[in-house]
Amino acid sequence: MSRVDVRKTYKLFIGGKFPRSESGRSYEVFSAGRGRRFLANAAQGSRKDARDAVRAARAALPGWAGATAYNRGQVLYRVAEVMESRRTQFVAEVQAAEGVTAARAEATVSAAIDRWVWYAGWSDKYAQVLGGLNPVAGPYFDISAPEPTGVVAALAPQRSSLLGLVSVVAPIVVAGNTAVVLASEERPVPAITLAEALATSDVPGGVINLITGRTAEVAPWLASHLDVNAIDLTGAADAQDVSWGELEAAAAENLKRVLRPAGSDEQAVEPDFAPVPGLHRLEAFLETKTVWHPKGR
Amino acid sequence: MPTFEYAPAPESRSVVDLASSYGLFIDGEFRDSDGGSVFKSISPATEEVLAEVTEASAADVDRAVAAARRAYERTWSRLSGTDRGKYLFRIARILQERSREFAVLESLDNGKPIRESRDVDVPMAAAWFFYHAGWADKLEFASLGENPRPHGVVGQVIPWNFPLLMLAWKIAPALATGNTVVLKPAETTPLTALLFAEVCQQAELPPGVVNIVTGAGATGQAIVEHGGVDKVAFTGSTAVGKQIARSIAGTRTKATLELGGKAANIVFDDAPVDQAVEGIVNGIFFNQGHVCCAGSRLLVQESVAEEVEERLKRRLATLRVGDPLDKNTDVGAINSRAQLDRITELVEVGEAEGATRWSPECELPANGFWFRPTVFTGVSQTHRIAQEEIFGPVLSVLTFRTPQEAVAKANNTPYGLSAGIWTDKGSRILWMADQLRAGVVWANTFNKFDPTSPFGGYKESGYGREGGRHGLGAYVRTGADG
Repeated sequence: MSRVDVRKTYKLFIGGKFPRSESGRSYEVFSAGRGRRFLANAAQGSRKDARDAVRAARAALPGWAGATAYNRGQVLYRVAEVMESRRTQFVAEVQAAEGVTAARAEATVSAAIDRWVWYAGWSDKYAQVLGGLNPVAGPYFDISAPEPTGVVAALAPQRSSLLGLVSVVAPIVVAGNTAVVLASEERPVPAITLAEALATSDVPGGVINLITGRTAEVAPWLASHLDVNAIDLTGAADAQDVSWGELEAAAAENLKRVLRPAGSDEQAVEPDFAPVPGLHRLEAFLETKTVWHPKGR
Repeated sequence: MPTFEYAPAPESRSVVDLASSYGLFIDGEFRDSDGGSVFKSISPATEEVLAEVTEASAADVDRAVAAARRAYERTWSRLSGTDRGKYLFRIARILQERSREFAVLESLDNGKPIRESRDVDVPMAAAWFFYHAGWADKLEFASLGENPRPHGVVGQVIPWNFPLLMLAWKIAPALATGNTVVLKPAETTPLTALLFAEVCQQAELPPGVVNIVTGAGATGQAIVEHGGVDKVAFTGSTAVGKQIARSIAGTRTKATLELGGKAANIVFDDAPVDQAVEGIVNGIFFNQGHVCCAGSRLLVQESVAEEVEERLKRRLATLRVGDPLDKNTDVGAINSRAQLDRITELVEVGEAEGATRWSPECELPANGFWFRPTVFTGVSQTHRIAQEEIFGPVLSVLTFRTPQEAVAKANNTPYGLSAGIWTDKGSRILWMADQLRAGVVWANTFNKFDPTSPFGGYKESGYGREGGRHGLGAYVRTGADG
């Protein structure tokens, strides 16, 4: 007789801890592709879970934004090390979540880990690339440098369950922001495993918070939350019952910075995450600060 | 202290040749409106009518956007960067050549002292065109991303506090990057924009590259909500900025918003007091306080508060309020009756809430819109005059004990445009500059601007930057952008 397996009920990741949803709800997650099979029960996050996550992200912000760029790079590189040690698990989960071949899942996980390393390396470089001395016409020292925007909410891509997720989250946090991430609704398992990798790495609690559940239910609360400074709507593409225009309109209430989903019209399209990204995701969540001081003897 | 008598030293108005009425500048010519009405632009210092101006209708905005689209497709986007740049250089030169005319007209229409329009607004507007002219053929070296290219037609709406300068901040980068423009100046200050239209003709700028449509809020709304506009650039109130953000939500129209502020000007006990007092005065009374980045909240360290207040009052007693065209004038007219009412109302609220109001003795002209430089002491964080943007010559003074407290008070506002720090201690300047959530931090100086220097806000002061390499970025698409 075959062994009866131990099935896991996945939880949320807020403030470095793994709470169940305060709503007490969970939902069933199935594999994609042929032979739809039960994978796990995931927590169905609520408005209040989102608020708790924003509070955790806000509390973590001063420490994370104030850390040295070198330190942030080290901490994020450590995440890639932990991901590498969980490679087998990620491959199996991506294969099940996305309904792809083992070879394809291998390649995706490799790309996701490499993407994390790519962004980790930017921590102490983007400020020089994006900032600099301004040659003003007067006796002043004048310099511009990027700073984190603050608490960033992100709708993770619905289809690319790991590479897309990493491509969205890493640029937010490498710049010193803290994140509240809404995982892919139908494909949340690799995201939860990433949260477990984060919890066993050196990322301080609250820097990255992960909520699973219904995108259409939770996203509006993040878009309208007045203590969220920016929102990444990438995952609005292919999300059920989600209008990114309505989310963007709600975000206007406190003038959140909005990273719109890809596409050329009202239709949101999930981008191809395979190519090496540019800096636009980093820049979307940075503020330029300019400081002037007179020169004199 | 001796009081000096000054003989009047008015700048001559004869350099300005105003028409009695103006049409809309569309497709290279001044044209009559299609169904719009007419309004008057007055001098806020005397209430005399300067000229009649057209209030553009939605149909006029349609025509202007169509002209901009044609110009974009047929001429401007086909021109080399080098040639685009040369048009901008021409414009910069003409602004310099006609600088006195622009300065006088700006002071007439806006009410600001000629000293400021002559020494700040107009030369800096020219500098803005010179700076961006040089970028036009170097965009691929600006690290803006892969394949930087224009959006197309840009809709721009600007405020009344720096009419020509804000026009330059908007039009120069838009044109340098290859966009064409439909711009609406503020309804109380349209005249230098209309004079600028003549400059475009004089420079033989291809028709339709710059279109100037005058009007009020409805005209502005018609521009920013127009389906043919690919990018919106707005400077003005946070309330309108939020409306714009809402109206373009769910579309592919891009926006940069430069909105309100409530800047803290922070004075530590080791600051050189005389310099700090000059900085405080410049921070809040420059341009009658009609400045989004004005240092409207003075945070002064408790141990020197009394001394700073006393010296500040002594200095304010020497400010000359009056005729904007007089070269000795420090503080000019309030731009409009509506703005004067708003300032008056908030000042009354300040008194009612228990703050102590003080103004120097000074005679105000009989006609026009005037407000005495005003200082409120004993202000607390919760007072409306410490929270809301007054946009007038009104300073609220608060005190603090420690740098941490100064930072907490400075950041305790939904705005985040600018801040000032006055101290002799270098490490404290840098620490404070790190902590302040503001887009521009002036240390031991205030209200400095330069075309190479990015300007713009955090939080509800808007998004995007103007000036420098960063400002160019707002006017291009890159990489895989649609």
